[in-house]
Amino acid sequence: MVNNDDFDRFSGSPDYVISEPLKNAVNVTIALERPLLIRGEPGTGKTLLAHSIAKGLGKKLIIWNIKSTTKAQEGLYVYDTVQRLNDSRFGGRDVSDIKQYIKLGKLGQAFVSPEQVVLLIDEIDKADLEFPNDLLNELEEMSFYIPETNETITANHRPIVVITSNAEKELPDAFLRRCIFHYIEFPNSALMEEIVKVHFPNIKDNLLRESLKAFYKLREIDDFRKKPSTSELIDWIRALIAGGIPHDKISSEIPFVGTLLKKETDYDYFVARMGRKSYG
Amino acid sequence: MFTGFFYTLKRRKVPISIVEWMTLMEALSKGFISNLDEFYYLARAILVKSEAYYDHYDVAFQEYFKGIETPAEITEQIMEWLKDPINKMTLTEEERALFDSMDFDELLRELEKRLKEQTEQHDGGGHWIGRGGTSPFGHSGYHPAGIRIGGESGGRHAIQIAQQRRFRNYRSDLILDVRQIKMALRGLRQLSRIGPEDELDLERTIGATCKNAGEIEMVWARSRKNAVKLLLLMDVGGSMFPFARLCSQLFSAAHSSTHFKDFQYFYFHNCIYDNLYQDIERQEAVSTDHLLRILEPDYKVVLVGDARMAVPELTQKYGAIYYYERNEVPGLLRLKQIVEHFTHCVWINPVEPYYWNHPTVLMIEKLFPMFELTLDGLGLAVKKLIVKK
Repeated sequence: MVNNDDFDRFSGSPDYVISEPLKNAVNVTIALERPLLIRGEPGTGKTLLAHSIAKGLGKKLIIWNIKSTTKAQEGLYVYDTVQRLNDSRFGGRDVSDIKQYIKLGKLGQAFVSPEQVVLLIDEIDKADLEFPNDLLNELEEMSFYIPETNETITANHRPIVVITSNAEKELPDAFLRRCIFHYIEFPNSALMEEIVKVHFPNIKDNLLRESLKAFYKLREIDDFRKKPSTSELIDWIRALIAGGIPHDKISSEIPFVGTLLKKETDYDYFVARMGRKSYG
Repeated sequence: MFTGFFYTLKRRKVPISIVEWMTLMEALSKGFISNLDEFYYLARAILVKSEAYYDHYDVAFQEYFKGIETPAEITEQIMEWLKDPINKMTLTEEERALFDSMDFDELLRELEKRLKEQTEQHDGGGHWIGRGGTSPFGHSGYHPAGIRIGGESGGRHAIQIAQQRRFRNYRSDLILDVRQIKMALRGLRQLSRIGPEDELDLERTIGATCKNAGEIEMVWARSRKNAVKLLLLMDVGGSMFPFARLCSQLFSAAHSSTHFKDFQYFYFHNCIYDNLYQDIERQEAVSTDHLLRILEPDYKVVLVGDARMAVPELTQKYGAIYYYERNEVPGLLRLKQIVEHFTHCVWINPVEPYYWNHPTVLMIEKLFPMFELTLDGLGLAVKKLIVKK
């Protein structure tokens, strides 16, 4: 699709099935050097995408897991004042050299890396509302300033930034404007077959067919708090194979349903519904 | 290049700016695409930042690259009409029941089916679905005359993708979005130093260390945390159905705001009586008296409801809309108990103030400062909740 080949092109990795539009979005991201924002239902492989990109391009992956308490500053650097205070009392190191008390965060590490890396900022929506805005400038300029040492850290190679998010409408517009966006749709059953085969290359056809049938039927029930997704399906099939369940029992009984339905209320609901069916 | 497309997208309400457009131009100039399919995905990845707008994009794409008006024009306008709660309020009970018997998607599907039938039957006919009272679409009095339906396929693949409009269900057309509400709720905080001493007070540590002749003396401080506790009481009665979506947004904003010290929520129907409920279905009851005993008066109380009911429901013993509630205490007195127990209460009303001229609304407004469920209203309510008394 691209005529000039002056950048690394991503064409997937053997353990990750990728749709054509997503592959294109990844390549646009790499060529335009913008962050790629990935959204989609839980379990559609948002986080795995970054792993796959790193693997496919042979680059190092740096993961920055965001929690509700994460501050943007932590991604850049942390100034370890307590250590410095300690050293000033007990000696050991030269406390006038502030540089050794500056520890680079994940973003900082990605910047100073001697070669291009893939940086995954995972679940950005978990952090404080202002978090994405605080990173705007750093992601755009790919550099930041450390006042303590009067130093500017600039990226040697702009990292390939992949950002994942679960929540809807949570990210500020200014941030969104700078991203390439892709929404991972829930895979249809053809794509799902491929995905399952990546995990279980030797799976029997009838087992695959029956389990997918039961799986998509479950997903049609709208009343579940959390619908089963790909990762649950994989776990379930693993359980089915390990348990040696004959394929003709899968649809009718749905054994090990606990691996598919993680919420107690969903499980209860399912049992009640199935129960009703079999008694009347 | 494609500047017309930019304006088509704008007209279709895809929120795009020059920044994104320039990015697309940059991508195009790098020779990214060789056919329309690739353009479809490339432009979507760069220009559209939420799956809620994928459908708008599809509609705009069809329109620009096919050059015909699409049926979406109708559905969109009707969708707006359907989603505007005020329109539902003007319906009679009967009509509303008809409405509620179908869910939104069903309604849309039905509408589309009928639209299709109609064009097939009367070519370019002037009106549609006027089946006197039996049709849920009849009351809009809306006549989208002579709009063509882009039924025939053909054309290129990308247009077909756009035509499928697979992302229709992701549309949101939000009046208020959750982020905006959350931003408004952020005002609801009173920072105070509470909890364990877990923050190193660097200044004082250095001072103390100096005084201690260089022997390190750590000084810890309590970190500043939000002390606000929020109690949300929501009306989920019949007349609130049109606002269900708006209210659930308010709820999810409050629920996912991590900055409250505590967040409690309960539901009621029309008015508060002897019990409040932990679930929308009103199965899990909690006695109102019990709550008033266990919740400290410093909870900030937000009541959400239209405050509209029959007067006896508010003022009379046994007035509750469900006879089995047999409330010994009239609703109004219950509300009064709440006002007297908690220091800060507000009432948020999803109905426009224009319609507040109703006996029960006026009575309740005397008890609670009432605000409209809009961003401005919320902002004012938040201010009211944090003033010192």
